[in-house]
Amino acid sequence: MKKAVIAANRFGLGARPGELERIARNPESWLLDQLAGPSRLPAEIRDLPESASVFEEVQAVRRDQRAAKRGEPATDIVENYGRLVRRHYIDQTAARYRTAASAGTPFHERLVHFWSNHFAVSADKQPLPAIAGLFENEAIRPNVSGRFADLLRAVEQHPAMIVYLDNQRSIGPASTLGKRANRRRTDQQFGLNENLAREILELHTLGVDGGYAQEDVTSFAKVLTGWSIGGANDKGRFADGEPGHFEFREIIHEPGPQVVLGKKYSGRGVDQGEAVLQDLATHPSTARFLATKLARHFVADEPPARLVDKLTDTYLESGGALSTVYETLIEAPEPWRLTYAKYKTPHDFVISTLRAFDHVPDNPRFIVGALDLMGQTPFRPGSPEGWPDTAEQWGGADALYKRIEWSNTVARVVGSRVNPVDLGDAVLGSEFNAETRKAVARAESLTQGMTLFLASPDFQRR
Amino acid sequence: MLNRREILKSLGLTAAACSMPRLAFADTDKRLVLVILRGAVDGLALAAPYGDGNYRRVRGELAIPEPGTPDGLLKLDGLFGLHPSLGAIHESYQRDQALVIHAIASPYRERSHFDGQDVLENGAGEVGALRDGWLNRALSGDNHAIALAQNTPLVLRGDTAITSWAPSRLPDADDSTLRRLRDLYANDEFFRTRLEQALKSQAIASSAVDMDGAAPRGNEAKQFGELMSAAARFLTAADGPNIAVIEFGGWDTHANQGASTGALANRFQALDDGISQLQLGLGKAWDETVVAVVTEFGRTVHVNGTRGTDHGTATATVLVGGAINGGKVIADWPGLADSNLYAGRDLMPTTDIRCVFKGLLEEHLEVPRGRLERRVFPDSESASPMRNLVSA
Repeated sequence: MKKAVIAANRFGLGARPGELERIARNPESWLLDQLAGPSRLPAEIRDLPESASVFEEVQAVRRDQRAAKRGEPATDIVENYGRLVRRHYIDQTAARYRTAASAGTPFHERLVHFWSNHFAVSADKQPLPAIAGLFENEAIRPNVSGRFADLLRAVEQHPAMIVYLDNQRSIGPASTLGKRANRRRTDQQFGLNENLAREILELHTLGVDGGYAQEDVTSFAKVLTGWSIGGANDKGRFADGEPGHFEFREIIHEPGPQVVLGKKYSGRGVDQGEAVLQDLATHPSTARFLATKLARHFVADEPPARLVDKLTDTYLESGGALSTVYETLIEAPEPWRLTYAKYKTPHDFVISTLRAFDHVPDNPRFIVGALDLMGQTPFRPGSPEGWPDTAEQWGGADALYKRIEWSNTVARVVGSRVNPVDLGDAVLGSEFNAETRKAVARAESLTQGMTLFLASPDFQRR
Repeated sequence: MLNRREILKSLGLTAAACSMPRLAFADTDKRLVLVILRGAVDGLALAAPYGDGNYRRVRGELAIPEPGTPDGLLKLDGLFGLHPSLGAIHESYQRDQALVIHAIASPYRERSHFDGQDVLENGAGEVGALRDGWLNRALSGDNHAIALAQNTPLVLRGDTAITSWAPSRLPDADDSTLRRLRDLYANDEFFRTRLEQALKSQAIASSAVDMDGAAPRGNEAKQFGELMSAAARFLTAADGPNIAVIEFGGWDTHANQGASTGALANRFQALDDGISQLQLGLGKAWDETVVAVVTEFGRTVHVNGTRGTDHGTATATVLVGGAINGGKVIADWPGLADSNLYAGRDLMPTTDIRCVFKGLLEEHLEVPRGRLERRVFPDSESASPMRNLVSA
């Protein structure tokens, strides 16, 4: 039973009533069977629009805005833009949390969230609120159990990542357009933007101590020039290419070979960048960086060194086959030692609460409000680094108090309809701490008991 | 086990419960306000039997001074005095608009809050025997009810549609809940230290004294007054309901319950203030109103090791309102001698609380006797309706 609780709560997103018994039959295979993902995508996600069409819709409004700026005041249009973006954001957030609340493959869903956070595109920069959720479904979701190289390429060529890290603005100084512009010597800046190249090295692959230097960032940035988005940008330039899709623009690409991490890349066009990504994906530093993050997420804030070594080896031997790495993780003894090894993030807490009640929320504003209050606004970690993954970083006193307040709110909404002791037995099984259970059972009302249960160390950890 | 549909319904209520409900029209002037005090109220503090020779001995430092002395009880008769924080109820008592029924209990004889409240509200005499509430089963053409709660309490749940309303802002976690959390966190360093810090900041932010101190943080106590004012508005609306149910938690006084002053006294003060606000809001309608203040069970007669009391059996019930035939204490008093205690520790129950409910439903809300016996309180022949609780 202990293994079932760990599988459901630490690997999954929290047990739904009745789920533990099923998982207990074979927790390991319950997890492994999910790696392929659900046989059919949830309707919530299937019905979302394509990011390309949303991107183009948003760009069109921004072009109108700019036009209006030159003429009449644009207040009305600005409001429309805000409403438009907000509507997409709410739809995508609803789809994410409704899926998480109801998923029969919660381990797969957790992997989607894990990688989405690893490759964070934060919705505090426009137009990310309108497409961050679509990025998760289009670039991350299909690739979480495949080869990391494929995941990496899908991510770095997704318009959401390109626009988030400004790569469409990066122009090779020796490119056709770069040379032309520099001859004209206008006030406007034309040149390299290193943002995407740097974050790929620092956050997506090697890690900050992964053994790269500034020359590598600069030359990699040159390699990536031309990685852009089709269709006209918000200033109306570059009309070619399929609007809202990845587009390689030769006209701004820095020509010639580049040396990255001591290796010369002579390929032309988009192949040059893809070759660098391919090598980064199987680099030993990448293997260790990802192994450490996975172990931290699924085992402990201070990941056991032996396990990290083992995952690193598996990663390298398999050429970055993620499902093989997950298998090694699941078959290792370390994840199964402690029941409550990780402090839930607010995201974990809210989803596991919904699952405990077997409730799929109709109104995503309830979820957004709760996560906002507790400091983890959906799709908005605030930086490309993503949300932190240790108790220390989530463990502020005020943050705990807000979790208590939210527990109290949920308890009052549920009222006396659900017995919190039954709920605890259903979702924590044998691992429902006897002292906690007693405290919950002795509460002065069912409502108070529910507050105690939701705010208990048992339920606040996974 | 958990019923999925019920959970869905309850969570789905958030939005609806916060908006103004459509009112059901009640074709009667008679009004009933049921106040459920959750957590088991100490009946010996609510209405203290100062005239019982054993009172001071068994109550020790929780004993409240005699009527007429500083901080003393408010005299009801030669045996009982009302807690000094219940001044407004006492004024009603002096106008014969309030009465106390003592040594009263539901048929439940164990000591779990959850189960005790279930029996108090389901009206069936045992835990889980009925899934709806006696007050819902009592509703018919003339009577319509509102729950002033985020979620309808069991007593009002059932086949007959009722209204519900709660302020959109839910009250903060209450002192008693925070105190329990502090106990729950005691052995977990991570949670313990953080909650202590958070409470310190909260205390500074609200300039309140510490959790074990005298002043309540307000919260639920404060909201009780708001709910009572809201109840008055609903009950006086031209096409409003005539029955309201309100819950008020925080009565589980295991530690530092205090005597004339202290944690429990503050709770009583909030209760008394709330009833004043209801009376004020009802205006002339007060004359047609009965407020029944009930709880799931009482507390131990003796004081425990932490200057509080533990779960007991019999307690006291207050009925107040212009329609009450008051000015008296109704009690077949069992006495506080050790040999007279239930299970050697609790006040012996001598009155079944269903007698009071049945009496009020029959005489005040005119629920037919046959319906009362068959539907509202099945298998309750032993508990005959208590007569003359309301003025003729």
